[in-house]
Amino acid sequence: MLQIRNLKAGIDGQAILKGINLEIKPGEVHAIMGPNGSGKSTLSQVLADNENYTVDGGSITYQGRDLLELNAEQRALEGIFMAFQYPVEIPGFNNETFLRTALNAQRKHRGEVEYDAFDFAQVAKEKMKLLELDPGLMKRSLNVGFSGGEKKRNECFQMAMLEPSLAILDETDSGLDIDALRIVSQGINALRREDRAVLLITHYQRLLEYIVPDHVHVLADGQIVRSGGKELASELEKTGYGWLDDKAATAGGR
Amino acid sequence: MRNEDEKTFEGLADGDYKYGFVTDIESDSLPPGLSEEVVREISRRKEEPDWLTEWRVKAYHHWTTLEEPTWAKVEFPPIDYQALSYYSAPKQKIAAPKNLDEVDPELLETYEKLGIPLREQEVLAGVVAVDAVFDSVSVATTFKGKLEEMGIIFGSFSDAVKEYPELVKKYLGSVVPYKDNYYATLNSAVFSDGSFCYVPPGVRCPMELSTYFRINAANTGQFERTLLIADEGAYVSYLEGCTAPQRDENQLHAAVVELIAHKDAQIKYSTVQNWYPGDKDGKGGIYNFVTKRGHCRGDNAKISWTQVETGSAITWKYPSCILKGDNSVGEFYSVAVTNNMQQADTGTKMIHIGKNTSSTIISKGISAGKAQNSYRGMVKVVETAENARNFSQCDSMLIGDRCGAHTFPYIDVNNPTAQVEHEATTTKIGEDQIFYCNQRGISTEDAIGMIVNGFCREVFQELPMEFAVEAQKLLSVSLEGSVG
Repeated sequence: MLQIRNLKAGIDGQAILKGINLEIKPGEVHAIMGPNGSGKSTLSQVLADNENYTVDGGSITYQGRDLLELNAEQRALEGIFMAFQYPVEIPGFNNETFLRTALNAQRKHRGEVEYDAFDFAQVAKEKMKLLELDPGLMKRSLNVGFSGGEKKRNECFQMAMLEPSLAILDETDSGLDIDALRIVSQGINALRREDRAVLLITHYQRLLEYIVPDHVHVLADGQIVRSGGKELASELEKTGYGWLDDKAATAGGR
Repeated sequence: MRNEDEKTFEGLADGDYKYGFVTDIESDSLPPGLSEEVVREISRRKEEPDWLTEWRVKAYHHWTTLEEPTWAKVEFPPIDYQALSYYSAPKQKIAAPKNLDEVDPELLETYEKLGIPLREQEVLAGVVAVDAVFDSVSVATTFKGKLEEMGIIFGSFSDAVKEYPELVKKYLGSVVPYKDNYYATLNSAVFSDGSFCYVPPGVRCPMELSTYFRINAANTGQFERTLLIADEGAYVSYLEGCTAPQRDENQLHAAVVELIAHKDAQIKYSTVQNWYPGDKDGKGGIYNFVTKRGHCRGDNAKISWTQVETGSAITWKYPSCILKGDNSVGEFYSVAVTNNMQQADTGTKMIHIGKNTSSTIISKGISAGKAQNSYRGMVKVVETAENARNFSQCDSMLIGDRCGAHTFPYIDVNNPTAQVEHEATTTKIGEDQIFYCNQRGISTEDAIGMIVNGFCREVFQELPMEFAVEAQKLLSVSLEGSVG
């Protein structure tokens, strides 16, 4: 589904990703872990086409197409969804209208009939239950005055409604208490299907107790330094990221 | 990827002004220049009574003693008032058309292109009566007969001067005196036409009355005058729409609107102003320097101004209410949008004189491109205004980081029982918000449209239905390509 080859990217002229290689097949859940500043979020922003980042080399192929040819909107229409680490607030833009507009833009793109408010409410009701979301949030401005947990659950609710082919979750677990983490994980697990893939970006191992990944990758200084199965996550939990510094020191000859 | 995005963000900056066409029609214009003789000539051509001619001449002489105001936060090169023509009338084959069949087909076509059907049978279910003003002259009024049966007078100002001179004489200048301000004084001297409306006591006007202003001729100022009177217990809802051709030179529009609401009367005045704003570099466009004021003359009177200002190179306009009658109510709902090089300095004045008077001000300013948008409002409570109430809310939205929003509230309270509230907010549509919308599959244009419409909702819901739809569309057109 997604092939990343020797991807180099940065922001404001500063190189952050220094040659990423990653392949994600349909049905798989990949977790990317790593210390702060290793480039985890940059990877998700580049995949979603945040304009502040520049791609300086390499390629990304998504469902057989050159992803770098597509802008953010086109990528979304092709089924790439990113749950934001910091969901954006938009005063005056009703949460429900926002999501219905997005869903209909995607349905239209796929040649499907657009949902009216009634159809939408039907579908939304069930998914809202899954994420234990207060229906009152739908009447409010997008993310305005939402608590941290509500924002993250709202992201997962959007994901559940939009049913993306590739879901990228950028530190969705950060700042969540244990209940919220469980709820969010339910939402993500419900999305898993053999024709969909999930890329989890996280700093902590605890999310992976709820969502069991097929592959775990460790990102350090813009490169994937280790890959393995789910057991790698537990190992990291014990050892921390300290060993990376030693490794970098050795690699750099310092 | 990057080129594609630049196209989406920047390439649309020339959001088409679809009303920019010019009607090729012969017009009867005075040569450029302003003097007492020109003022008298305008009056002569319009076959006006002596009192009106003298009123104009007085205004002209007073104007020559005035200086152009400079307090507004707008910048423009000095206007050469001698280079303007002060009268332009479409030359009709028949001097004064008695009905639409006698109106020049070119003119009717112009209004059709603008989406303003003047043939009554084409007007949907008869919900709107239209007075169309082309350059300086009223060319057609629909449903005149039907309204007359109810005693409602609605038509061109010139006709009113001939047919109802006593009414005109009684009310003209009673809200905006000829000495009021630079542009209003100029208008008093040279106004050419406009709309007149009188609703008799106890009558509720059954349809929206509408004036549609169109500037066509080049190098011509448009100076129309609207006078609207709701007698005791009457009700009227009035709409005003404006467009102009796309021209490289600036054109001056200095109108005056006077509203009078007697005891228990109610006037609702809505404007969708879409004068040509100039191109993205600030070339051309209308200077919209307008004086609008309503007078709640009797007890329990109510005047509401609702305006959506999207056009004009410069907007200088403060629709106001003088709340003289006890328990009278003034309202001002405004959306002012400026993009590219547009400048707007707009707001309102609420003057509380009577007891228990109340006023509400809801102002939404949206600024994009390199535009400057200012709210300037005054709430004045005089000694006699026991228990006066005012609530003001001024919200500004910035799109991009090269534009400006400013708020200048003046509050002058001289009665200790008064309650005056002022709230203000500023928000910004940022690239992060647009990216968030894009990431969900919503296009940049749709995202801006929806964010802005949400921001303006409180004002749009005050507009009559068909105007609200038009206003929303207008907004998305004027903001096309504004994020980048």
